[in-house]
Amino acid sequence: MEGTMQTETTIRAESGIESGPRGPSCSLRHFACEQNLLSRPDGSASFLQGVAEKSRERLIRNTCEAVVLGALHPRTSITVVLQVVSDAGSLLACCLNAACMALVDAGVPMRALFCGVTCALDSDGTLLLDPTAKQEKEARAVLTFALDSVERKLLMSTTKGLYSDAELQQCLAAAQAASQHVFRFYRESLQRRYSKS
Amino acid sequence: MAAGFKTVEPLEYYRRFLKENCRPDGRELGEFRATTVNIGSIGTADGSSLVKLGNTTVICGIKAEFGAPPTDAPDKGYIVPNVDLSPLCSWRFRSGPPGEEAQVASQFIADVIENSQVIQKEDLCISPGKLAWVLYCDLICLNHDGNILDACTFALLAALKNVQLPEVTINEETALAEVNLKKKSYLNIRTHPVATSFAVFDDTLLIVDPTEEEENLATGTLTVVMDEEGKLCCLHKPGGSGLTGAKLQDCMSRAVTRHKEVKKLMDEVFKSMKPK
Repeated sequence: MEGTMQTETTIRAESGIESGPRGPSCSLRHFACEQNLLSRPDGSASFLQGVAEKSRERLIRNTCEAVVLGALHPRTSITVVLQVVSDAGSLLACCLNAACMALVDAGVPMRALFCGVTCALDSDGTLLLDPTAKQEKEARAVLTFALDSVERKLLMSTTKGLYSDAELQQCLAAAQAASQHVFRFYRESLQRRYSKS
Repeated sequence: MAAGFKTVEPLEYYRRFLKENCRPDGRELGEFRATTVNIGSIGTADGSSLVKLGNTTVICGIKAEFGAPPTDAPDKGYIVPNVDLSPLCSWRFRSGPPGEEAQVASQFIADVIENSQVIQKEDLCISPGKLAWVLYCDLICLNHDGNILDACTFALLAALKNVQLPEVTINEETALAEVNLKKKSYLNIRTHPVATSFAVFDDTLLIVDPTEEEENLATGTLTVVMDEEGKLCCLHKPGGSGLTGAKLQDCMSRAVTRHKEVKKLMDEVFKSMKPK
């Protein structure tokens, strides 16, 4: 175990991957991911995206419970510990992404991957994906969705502020489109990691 | 025989009913339980209401006290909701500090108040920077038979409409507040948020107003809080199986109908109350 721990530590620095800059087609901020950076737990991942609490914990837990195939591991407890390193907006979405990558890193069988996307609606109705902390504070409404990778169905949603039904559908569609980028990033990140070892 | 089957295979027993588009208590998939509301029954509270959704019973009592306004918002008062789920209402809860479900429900009610702007906090200010009203809203569940969030939201709204605050003047000489108990006025309720909860079964079927048994068998839940203009204050889906956009749309239309039903019931009740 010691030997493998050391090799893991040396390749740790290179196993990180960063996505491209925010292009015109994708309005999500730059994100980076590093895996297996803690040696003690079975799996770990850090998710850096753009620069509560029982309620938030419950949302993340219920989302994980919906995708993890718990029946394959009876009498097992899976603990997901999330430590916020820095909060620059879209915190819940970042937590969801980190939780998903950590579950994949740990090798927990899941029926789908999931990702978190945040949408902000400002006072004149413009949609902003992946808002910064300042944009979130000034927005009229902030909607966070968790979408699955198989059919882009809505797994979890939590919202703040007032918005209309049409705006909800618009945000959901935008979030589904943005989730494609996140899932592609997951794939690239995992490919990069496993091609090294 | 049916009782035996229900104990051994509750989900299969339930599916037999769902196939015929109905539920064990005889309701259709989109039907709510009988809703009753009673206002002003607690004499010691400034506003109160009792809501029954079938067997689920929630009582709300609101007390108004004085407090200093927050330093970052000196012209605002406070509304502090608290949901209490005690062993009285269900075997699932233990006495002691609030459990997770109670904390999540309290947070949900606080979010609904904040998002829907049901009361402008500025209305609760008496003297900016010095004195403001603090409304303590205690929601106590007397019987938990599922769909606690809908019952709590309705109870809170009815109790808020029932609250009467006395007039307060600040005596300039002594800088003390003088309360005139003879002159009371109702709160200015700006919107009427109404919650509609759904349970998701087998990833596809949506049923409205789940009972406790149905909540335990469901694979996911969804709560939509809507106000009278069709604007959404809260879309609360804490994990569970996925929903497509089309299914969400169905939920929205059901929420609109429910809002009308609840508003009609509340208007009838308030009209029938004798003016003090």
